[in-house]
Amino acid sequence: MKSSVIVFPGSNCDRDIAVALTKMQFKNKMVWHKETRLPKSDLIVVPGGFSYGDYLRSGAIAGKSLIIDEVIKAANNGCLVLGICNGFQILTETGLLKGTLLRNKNLKFINKDVQIKVMNNDTKFTKKYKKNQFLKINIAHNEGNFFTDPLHLEKLKKNNLIAFKYCDAKGDINDEANPNGSLENIAGIFNTKKNILGMMPHPERMVDDLISNTDGINLFSSLIN
Amino acid sequence: MKITSQIVEKHGLTQEEFKNIKKLLKREPNLLELGIFSAMWNEHCSYKSSRLHLKKLPTRGKQVIQGPGENAGVIDIGDNDAIIFKIESHNHPSYIEPYQGAATGVGGILRDVFTMGARPIALLNSIHFGSPEHPKTKNLLNGVVSGIGGYGNCIGVPTVAGETKFNDTYNENILVNAMAVGHADKDKIFYSKAKGLNKSVVYVGSKTGRDGIHGASMASAEFDENSEEKKPTVQVGDPFTEKLLMEACLELMKDNSIISIQDMGAAGLTSSSVEMASKGSLGIELELDKIPCREENMTPYEMMLSESQERMLIILEDGKEENAKKIFDKWDLDFVVIGKTTDTSCLTLKFNNKITGEIPIEALASKAPIYDRKWVSKKNSKSKVDLKNLRKIKIEDALYKIISSPNHSNKSWITDQYDQMVMCDTAQKSGSDAAIIRIHNKSKAIAVSVDSSSNYCKSHPLTGGKQIVCENWRNLISVGAKPLAITNCLNFGNPENEKVMGEFAECLIGIKEACEFLNYPVVSGNVSFYNGTNKKNIDPTPVIGGVGLINNLSKTMGHSFKKNGSAILLVGKTFGHLGQSCFLKENYSIIDGMPPEINLLNEKNNGENILKLIQNDLILSTHDISNGGLIVALCEMAMSSNLGIKIQKPKKLSNLIEYFFGEDQGRYILEVDVSKLSKTEKILKHNNIYFENIGFTQKEYFEIENELKIKVKELFKINNEWYNTY
Amino acid sequence: MKFSVTVTLKKDVLDPQGKVVQNTLINLGMNLSNIRQGKYFEIEVNEKDQTKAEKNVDEMCKKLLANLIIEDYKVNKL
Repeated sequence: MKSSVIVFPGSNCDRDIAVALTKMQFKNKMVWHKETRLPKSDLIVVPGGFSYGDYLRSGAIAGKSLIIDEVIKAANNGCLVLGICNGFQILTETGLLKGTLLRNKNLKFINKDVQIKVMNNDTKFTKKYKKNQFLKINIAHNEGNFFTDPLHLEKLKKNNLIAFKYCDAKGDINDEANPNGSLENIAGIFNTKKNILGMMPHPERMVDDLISNTDGINLFSSLIN
Repeated sequence: MKITSQIVEKHGLTQEEFKNIKKLLKREPNLLELGIFSAMWNEHCSYKSSRLHLKKLPTRGKQVIQGPGENAGVIDIGDNDAIIFKIESHNHPSYIEPYQGAATGVGGILRDVFTMGARPIALLNSIHFGSPEHPKTKNLLNGVVSGIGGYGNCIGVPTVAGETKFNDTYNENILVNAMAVGHADKDKIFYSKAKGLNKSVVYVGSKTGRDGIHGASMASAEFDENSEEKKPTVQVGDPFTEKLLMEACLELMKDNSIISIQDMGAAGLTSSSVEMASKGSLGIELELDKIPCREENMTPYEMMLSESQERMLIILEDGKEENAKKIFDKWDLDFVVIGKTTDTSCLTLKFNNKITGEIPIEALASKAPIYDRKWVSKKNSKSKVDLKNLRKIKIEDALYKIISSPNHSNKSWITDQYDQMVMCDTAQKSGSDAAIIRIHNKSKAIAVSVDSSSNYCKSHPLTGGKQIVCENWRNLISVGAKPLAITNCLNFGNPENEKVMGEFAECLIGIKEACEFLNYPVVSGNVSFYNGTNKKNIDPTPVIGGVGLINNLSKTMGHSFKKNGSAILLVGKTFGHLGQSCFLKENYSIIDGMPPEINLLNEKNNGENILKLIQNDLILSTHDISNGGLIVALCEMAMSSNLGIKIQKPKKLSNLIEYFFGEDQGRYILEVDVSKLSKTEKILKHNNIYFENIGFTQKEYFEIENELKIKVKELFKINNEWYNTY
Repeated sequence: MKFSVTVTLKKDVLDPQGKVVQNTLINLGMNLSNIRQGKYFEIEVNEKDQTKAEKNVDEMCKKLLANLIIEDYKVNKL
């Protein structure tokens, strides 16, 4: 499977996702934001980091770059697109995913391992996970507070487009388990066609037992099979 | 413009120094030249008060590739891998504008590391604030932590370790020391020595503004009531631009275009150009008209002294300009040839086609003043606190007081604001004795830690200096690393004060002795003097940043208890030393007595053998004993693991308070599986290491037989309370 | 009584955000030579006396809304 990782000025998790993809047997290419054409890809990844320093609004400026038009075209043609953290923010700024990521409720940057529950395991991204399985995964963000209008929230629920929710050690979805104030503890969502996944937690940080754990592996292995 | 004595004073120069300048130039300097002298001759750049003493430090070793004198220190960790690291202070700007002061401190130290060709792989910090009750402390604390996180997280380098301390002594002058560690190929290290005539001198990075003009002078001036007026000298950091600059430089460094490179830090363009030329025994000519400026109508004075951040100076090989410019254009950074190397041995500044300043390089560098300031030795304190005269206290209550105190409470509310995992090589994070960073794509790793003990250094500088090196060394041993070298940040008061200078001189002697004995050389560092306000100096606070090597990532060690029912060994003798202890300070507000003695032979013997035990898989967990003594160290191991302990009362030392809270040095706690106990004890005995088998791990309870029994969960709760109510 | 407060960076202070936004707008084909980013507040004060109200708002700016080390502020009555 071929993957492309878009690199913006200020992206800093690009190497991390490239390492994870290569480890999981993807044939990966790094694509500089000034390119006007994408290599043939089965999966496009918009990585985490601080593209353009998060200036103005997180992801706002990256969302206007030339390469994004190609990403939009590819996504509309059914290509798989994964946006992680800043990548998720960029996807919302482009409109590929609806909703927005606001400042964390406690107004501070937060880096910790949290639990997320797999809400929908019937997608190309999550099929290797069990329904309601919970994963321990790392988050690192200042603006991870997912918010959207009631109509979109209804749609997300009705069409099973919520990918992950923050939960506690027992799997309960509650306020205590919510690290950033996200609407209904939402940590990741799909688009209507379910070929685009945006998520705040970092699956690429969870593929190595020597460093953390391997709870992120099944995301990539779901995609590659 | 006539240079009056008032102007000389405003530039932070003495009349004597001005006389010397006139002698060296054989004429009066103009204002531009005076400004340049004031920047290069102040403490921060010239080290005039410290150079004589710093010369005594051990800086060599098999593992040292580059000692002090370059942008950072370089050590060899085998397989063509080199580690480049340094610690630096940004105290005064952080007091004035905590967020930006701390942020630009991080930015500056990162540049010192990547300018040598290393990709930064870890950040650490040692930050010291006044008493939590002091009206300024809360804002300073929040500002500094946000600033460190804001810069480090944005640039994508994990902030993995540090220390945060509170002490009245920093009420009017906080300390912010930032350390960066980077990895480079041993055969691709870049230095700042200029070479070759008529080579292009290139300016890259952000445009030059009026930021921080005379920041270097500010760092060398004490704070007084007029400090508020010094505000405009604080720079704003731009971590996004620094990320671009770092990637562009690392990309350019892949080939052989660069002859030398230096970042523009304190005293900006002035210090970088002078230092590069001085090291190469060359002259340098700059055309100031070419400097990319952010503001209009900037004068040569402003351009030379600006401390705008995120800029570098590069001397390029002939014919490499076009390719180099392509790289900087890709990253949207300014790239301008602003001058050339010459054989005049002068700094020649041209503006509007006229020479607007000309100074012999050596007048600014090697001929900068060196002072042998008077100093007095600190007398040994004769006082000894007699416990009998103090109100009785239960061990339990004394322990609670310590672990709930601002200095000892859990700091995850700070470390959760730093991204510790970016770059995916952080094998052990904050909260451990040392952080562990894997070398990318390899099975080996480095361990890093920062440590200081201002109270020990205040009460007996010589012992304090030894102690901080030993503690840092022990922290690395405790995680299974072989300590290799250190960087030091020496934060002291006014060097014109004999007592302060004595503290400096004696701390350094202590540091020297410990470093020599332990084969733990100093490869880089920074001196920050004039920390104090209104004639009150801070307690001497030398900070040690150490780096060690772990050959195999599978052989690391943490301080969390691993197994129920394992044996707990206390390595090293306990005499029950309470002078300068946490116990006395937190429970009785007593800061008195001599600090605990250091026995370098025991430190070395204990540490080296414990390292071998770890490498031979005989140990489950390790922790070194420092502030708070044995009981606090045991508590830390329990709280991080949720396993408790059952400890017997000591057989030899009858005073329990002294036994459990004494801060005797050179001691470690080892958790050993019972199946490996006799083998471990044999090895310790064989190597003449004093140890006691003090008890076992157990579920749920932290227990000292017939003395106390507390739920570990309860200890954890007490240890996490403080910040929530602050 | 309603006031607007505009907080801007002092003239000589670096504006990293403004710099990036400017470049992006230029890349999108817009015509401009400089942009500085600031903050805007609208404040309602329960005070009938304008002078007193203005003094109130002024204090808010000095104490919190503006970082006087690197920012300036302007108060306007709405």
